[in-house]
Amino acid sequence: MAKKKVLEARAINKSFFDPVRVDVLKDISFDLNYGEYTSVIGRSGCGKSTLLYILSTMDTDFSGELLIDGITTKNKSEQELAAIRNEKIGFVFQFHYLLNEFSAIKNVMLPGYRLNKKSEEELEHKAYEALKALGIEKLAKKMANKLSGGEKQRVAIARALINDPHIIMCDEPTGNLDSKNADRVFNIFKELTEVYNKTLLVVTHDLEFANKTGRIIELEDGRIIRM
Amino acid sequence: MKQKHLIEIAGALLLARWKQTLIAAIGVTFSIALFVTLLGFMEGLNNLLDGMVLNRTPHIRLYNDTQPSQNQPIDLSDEYKDHHNFISSIKPTNTRKEIYNAQKIIQKLNNDNRVVGVSAKLSAQVFYNYGNTDINGIINGLEVNKESKLFAFEEYLAKGNYQDLENIPNSIILGQGVAELINAQIDDLINITTSEGQQFSLKVVGFYQTGMAQIDKVQSYASLKTTRRIKGVSNNYVGDIQIKLKNLDKAPLTAIEYEKFFNLNAEDLQTANAQFETGSSVRSIISYAVGIALLIVSGFGIYNILNMLIYEKMDTIAILKATGYNSSDVKKIFISISLSIGLSGALFGVLLGYLLSNIVDTIPFDAPSVPNVTTYPIDYGVQYYSIAIIFAIIMTFLAGWLPAQKASKVDPVVIIRGK
Repeated sequence: MAKKKVLEARAINKSFFDPVRVDVLKDISFDLNYGEYTSVIGRSGCGKSTLLYILSTMDTDFSGELLIDGITTKNKSEQELAAIRNEKIGFVFQFHYLLNEFSAIKNVMLPGYRLNKKSEEELEHKAYEALKALGIEKLAKKMANKLSGGEKQRVAIARALINDPHIIMCDEPTGNLDSKNADRVFNIFKELTEVYNKTLLVVTHDLEFANKTGRIIELEDGRIIRM
Repeated sequence: MKQKHLIEIAGALLLARWKQTLIAAIGVTFSIALFVTLLGFMEGLNNLLDGMVLNRTPHIRLYNDTQPSQNQPIDLSDEYKDHHNFISSIKPTNTRKEIYNAQKIIQKLNNDNRVVGVSAKLSAQVFYNYGNTDINGIINGLEVNKESKLFAFEEYLAKGNYQDLENIPNSIILGQGVAELINAQIDDLINITTSEGQQFSLKVVGFYQTGMAQIDKVQSYASLKTTRRIKGVSNNYVGDIQIKLKNLDKAPLTAIEYEKFFNLNAEDLQTANAQFETGSSVRSIISYAVGIALLIVSGFGIYNILNMLIYEKMDTIAILKATGYNSSDVKKIFISISLSIGLSGALFGVLLGYLLSNIVDTIPFDAPSVPNVTTYPIDYGVQYYSIAIIFAIIMTFLAGWLPAQKASKVDPVVIIRGK
């Protein structure tokens, strides 16, 4: 079976101009295929987070081209980009970022509300299944701010999965987890790629974690030095 | 995206800061309550003051004015046809002040569907005799029942019963001022002298009080029949025809029409009492201005609290955007927060306003000029309540707009990076 590309980055350049011109990313080009488990590594300040924000369509201030699922993001309105993020990209952040005003299961359901393709009952069922798969279904009704770090991270992963995205992007998902929880997160991701054919793109500086993934992209001073 | 879910998110954000939002809502509540009370009170007062004059004034008055003829002999001369002429100090001839064919006119007016009712009137110049002193006065002969029905005659009756004018022959209701001047009591017989020198004895059956001393010291009221007898005129003599219209605003136009049709003079209420309209509209404008200022102040309260909320909830906004909510969703969330503060504030505000109005309505107000008013007047017009609610919604929408705009522009990258 020919591997299908889910994400293509073509000659992406980005510079900050404040106060002097700093080229953060230089001529970044690579492809991601369905089902790939990829990690992006590099020292602090090498531009890996910046790259992730560009790939996630949140940052549109760059030159070059980004294709997601074969569709270019060029000249798309903010609304269209938001819809792409909503439907095709799942996000897991370093600091969990749950909405403290909502329960765990509501947090998981929020992107589903936006997509609005499933009824409330279906969505709730799906969110519950996702939580169950991550072993935290008992916490479904707990408010987000009452959860521990590891629990929050798993809720965030469930949230990233709710709309069946093609690609899941993670920014330091294990950055502030103990090794036991970090292992658990790694295994969840592995299962997602192997069983559910999801694409994972993980930014990390945890080399041990990165070495276990299928593919490593290494950045140095804004250039890809290994991929 | 379902509105329901945006509102659910808005609700959760609102509850997260319920103390501040409550304070903002209370701000709106108070300003709406004061707005409604103030306007109701002001309009009540306006209606009372205007009513003192306008209720009693016919919308159109038909009469026969003594005017010099429009066609002077020189206009008829062939010789000076092409010339201009100037005649100064033209005097009228002695015409009758009676309205000719009054019964037919009244009948015609009663059939006009713009007219609520018509009553005939006749005034007589008299002197009230008080010992050797004569005091100038006017007796207004009225069709008492119609006058009461159309022009609130009995509402200004300080003492006595207006129907006695019809039931007791040769009876009179004295102006309060006149009664004090000639020291008359109810059931007294007073003497009057007409301008022709005739003397009459009339029985006092009541006192009338307009609240305007100038009028009360001069005017008295009798039945049309009695007045005709005093004036020594026939039984169908009518001086004025007073008309009450269904729509007061149409009075000026209708007056012009009647003037032509009946070939009489017609005076509409707006022309006769222009100053009262001006006074009430200025008072209304002032109270609207104060009320709206109150609402704007509470709008700033909402603006502040929403701004604070946005700074506190930057993370939430960033995460919503990162997971696919676009800026118009975020804007809708914050505008619904603002609108729900405004709406709930406004609803409680009108309730509180209604309560306050009720309280003001019970405060004793002892005005000697208006015998039938004992408490402060309040107008419970539904228009003040609806204006207050509509304005509160518009204002909270605007107060929410700027912060919502700000929230929608939050760049998730900046926030997420900032951690």
